[in-house]
Amino acid sequence: MTAIDLGMPQLGGLDLVPTADDVQKAKDYTSDQEVRWCPGCGDYAVLAAVRSFLPTLSIRRENTVFVSGIGCSSRFPYYLDTYGMHSIHGRAPAIATGLAISRPDLSVFVVTGDGDALSIGGNHLIHALRRNVNVTILLFNNRIYGLTKGQYSPTSEVGKVTKSTPMGSLDHPFNPVSLALGAEATFVGRAMDSDRKGLTAVLEAAARHRGASLVEIYQDCPIFNDGSFDVLRRPDDSESRVIPVVAGQPITFGNEGRWAVVRRGFGLRVAPTAEVAPEDVVVHDPADLELSFALSRLSDQELDHAVFGVLRQVDRPTYDDATRAQVQQAVDGGGDDLIGLLHGRDTWTVRDGAVLPHTTTGDSAR
Amino acid sequence: MNSAVDVVTDEVRKRHRVVIRFAGDSGDGMQLTGDRFTAEAAAFGNDLSTLPNYPAEIRAPHGTLAGVSSFQLHFADYDILTPGDRPDVLVAMNPAALKANAADLPAGGVLIVDTDEFTPRNLAKVGYATDPLEDGSLAPYTVHRVAMTTLTTSALAPLGIGKKEAERSKNMFALGLLSWMYSRPTEGTERWLREKFARRPEIAEANVVAFRTGHAYGETTEAFAVRTEVSPAVLPDGTYRQVTGNTALAYGIVAAGQRFGLPVFLGSYPITPASDILHELSRLKRFEVTTFQAEDEIAGIGAAIGAAYGGALGVTTTSGPGLSLKSEALGLAVMIELPLLVVDVQRGGPSTGLPTKTEQSDLLQAVFGRNGESPVPVVAPSSPADAFDAAVDAVRIAVTYRTPVLLLSDGAIANGSEPWRLPDAGELVATPVAFQSEPNGPDGQFLPYARDTETLARPWTVPGTPGMEHRVGGLEKADGTGNISYDGDNHERMVRLRQAKVDGISVPDLEVDDPTGDAQVLVLGWGSTFGPIGAAVRRLRAAGHAVARAHVRHLNPLPANTEAVLRSYRRVVVPEMNLGQLAFLLQGRFALPVVSVTKVAGLPFGAAELEDRLQPHLTDDERIEVPA
Ligand SMILES: Cc1ncc(C[n+]2csc(CCOP(=O)(O)OP(=O)(O)O)c2C)c(N)n1
Ligand code: SF4
Ligand SMILES: [Mg+2]
Repeated sequence: MTAIDLGMPQLGGLDLVPTADDVQKAKDYTSDQEVRWCPGCGDYAVLAAVRSFLPTLSIRRENTVFVSGIGCSSRFPYYLDTYGMHSIHGRAPAIATGLAISRPDLSVFVVTGDGDALSIGGNHLIHALRRNVNVTILLFNNRIYGLTKGQYSPTSEVGKVTKSTPMGSLDHPFNPVSLALGAEATFVGRAMDSDRKGLTAVLEAAARHRGASLVEIYQDCPIFNDGSFDVLRRPDDSESRVIPVVAGQPITFGNEGRWAVVRRGFGLRVAPTAEVAPEDVVVHDPADLELSFALSRLSDQELDHAVFGVLRQVDRPTYDDATRAQVQQAVDGGGDDLIGLLHGRDTWTVRDGAVLPHTTTGDSAR
Repeated sequence: MNSAVDVVTDEVRKRHRVVIRFAGDSGDGMQLTGDRFTAEAAAFGNDLSTLPNYPAEIRAPHGTLAGVSSFQLHFADYDILTPGDRPDVLVAMNPAALKANAADLPAGGVLIVDTDEFTPRNLAKVGYATDPLEDGSLAPYTVHRVAMTTLTTSALAPLGIGKKEAERSKNMFALGLLSWMYSRPTEGTERWLREKFARRPEIAEANVVAFRTGHAYGETTEAFAVRTEVSPAVLPDGTYRQVTGNTALAYGIVAAGQRFGLPVFLGSYPITPASDILHELSRLKRFEVTTFQAEDEIAGIGAAIGAAYGGALGVTTTSGPGLSLKSEALGLAVMIELPLLVVDVQRGGPSTGLPTKTEQSDLLQAVFGRNGESPVPVVAPSSPADAFDAAVDAVRIAVTYRTPVLLLSDGAIANGSEPWRLPDAGELVATPVAFQSEPNGPDGQFLPYARDTETLARPWTVPGTPGMEHRVGGLEKADGTGNISYDGDNHERMVRLRQAKVDGISVPDLEVDDPTGDAQVLVLGWGSTFGPIGAAVRRLRAAGHAVARAHVRHLNPLPANTEAVLRSYRRVVVPEMNLGQLAFLLQGRFALPVVSVTKVAGLPFGAAELEDRLQPHLTDDERIEVPA
């Protein structure tokens, strides 16, 4: 049997959020707090991109909330004139989940770091993705613990020498995109801090996606992990490494598209475009989980290749919509009032020193 | 079925109170049997108090001591305070149940055993060298040997259900027999069985037949010729129902949501003995209750904080180990000053401890267990029914003062049950919370940390309110603006403000019960020791001692008159199910000596036990000796 389109209304991520009356500007989203990241920190570029992309969503500023954990990047909410909570280390996805469930009229963003999201908060991250709560998660990956002054993180490459790993780190890093896909995420994207255009496009798609969206942002920490993404920035190096993907487009990249992504066994590999038949070039399909996963595996810890753009996007009912629907169904279904609930089925009465026979009501849901 | 009137041999003896203990294997359905007998007692209008006692394992090895589950019920024709110390009647469904409980049965007590289970194999399993039914060791008791299993299976034979299923109904045989012995109404149980097994009518029928068979067995067997009757108890005027602490607490949360006009959001992770609150609230969505089973306790409180930020009544429920996990997030709630209800149903600790046994050993954790100066109001219910009022009161504090509040219940309250005088509509008037939607500072500025002059509460402004955008967080806040501030003087001020806010919470004065007015000794308790202390003090007074008592509901802040009350007695004795945590708190707070009487054996104090433990402290000797 083929799938039948029941014409169910498709809600977008922002469809229940009130729209703004006036045209908004980046300035409107700028709070009066002094930004205190180190000079040259990649967070500045992301902040600028977010401040200018938020007005384009045309939703009310007061219906926008940024919830963050702890880390340099998690200072983000203070610098935006929206509602916000700078919470505790790793727990922002849990807090955002409660907020998103109870307030469908809000656009809820989570700002987190590689340590915040993948070390202490790993559990909350995977469950938020699995549940598909309608939140947009910005994961600032600088492959280091910035705020605590430079220990290695769960995304640091093996052998990383830091204050806590003077002989080199030993543990294998997470690939956040692979992790998110494994955690049943319905939206996974990746962008570079300095790529305003690419970052804005991914963020906008993420915000408009109904469900949990994870955007991994490669972010430079010039103080403790300087130049960690330089191979993806320098034109000569990046030419053969940076792979932008667009839904429905064959995946080619480099100068004049001289590289192409083709299949290899169950995975993918990069080949010179000239050497492959055009029909063998993989066409990007964000709904194809196996393809998304294989794309995420093109980027290993050495960054020989890195895929940017929307790697995965599919529709799946969100946990918060479903939760509210259940509550609404129960409210609509009616039943006894509070007094009825408290009384339950079996009560007895004492009056003027005498016990009256007990009463049983038949219809209580108790 | 209740045809007692036609029985010629019927003889009825009146009693004021009876304690029954059902004991069997954890697979025997003893909790269910006890619950049902309790419902029958409630329907009859007795006062009652119950004590379930079961192993942490769901099905411990069959027939072993470790697998024994019991349910004790005390019912009476007057107001009673505890589930009773020792049973008058012990129902032992197997040798393990007998062995584990016989020592509690006083000489002359009634013992009813299922003889079918007294096989050599079952006896050997629990180390009985000889059959206690034969070797005379049960001589001090009135023993009824009833082949419950075979009587049940043969009665069910015509129904054609499987042997296993038939045997499983023997608990209803026991319930039927006891219902006859204590002249209990039976219609309720039959109706309840038919509803419970509505989807499996053959099982419903089997249980009803087993129940009737047990009842008829009592009626027709000479040995049971004497029935006992316990008249209804004349409690204060009102309408009553029977309720467990967890249910009353869940209802209190619903009622509080309605009172303050807030949708309830519960974030919780399952843990004994708190899970039933999650279960109960999950069924009450029609009262605008959202329940979220989180990935862990931290996410449970985190989501509740998020919901509170959005304008819901955020609630999280747990037991000791879960409270430990929530500490950091609780500190965040202290810092961002949002209303939040945190329920800790205490159990034996530390670590995983005794999951199904009661204890009061989280008090100091509740009051102090967070980093930094992190004051949190603490409220404790004193009995199952009181959990309703305590929950409503805790929410009142949370909402009025914009603070997390800890509600400290415990296993005895959670699973125990008693009659509850129901509030009427007049007691449930709604006073909806007003969110701050207008600027409160100079020049139309919004100051999220400006305080109400009386309560010191900060405004509760929810996202979606135009012009009031602001950020909250765990970093120290500048007084007024709420911006990040690392300034030492500001921190000093904010620490003291948060403390002053909690210290200034309005709580009722401590009420002292001192009928003769000349007592020299005050017995002071908190939480579920209410019943045992009341019963022990009754006994002491009956023996001619002048004893005063008082019970603390608000453990933080303590009632304003606490110190004055304590100082007006020559001696203050504090019984607790821990190693003296309230005693420690009082001594630290008021620098006055307190005698600590403690127990951590997994069960509440018994009335006689506590009487014995209090007795030595009633002498006129002015010097207070704290036992080493
Ligand atoms: C419970 C707790 N543990 C540890 C810390 C210390 N801490 C603060 S931020 C951080 C790591 C942050 O790393 P990341 O998430 O990568 O953020 P970045 O600073 O790199 O942006 C740590 C360990 C804390 N604040 N709270
Ligand atoms: S330490 Fe690194 S991540 Fe943190 S603010 Fe400085 S540059 Fe940015
Ligand atoms: Mg980092």
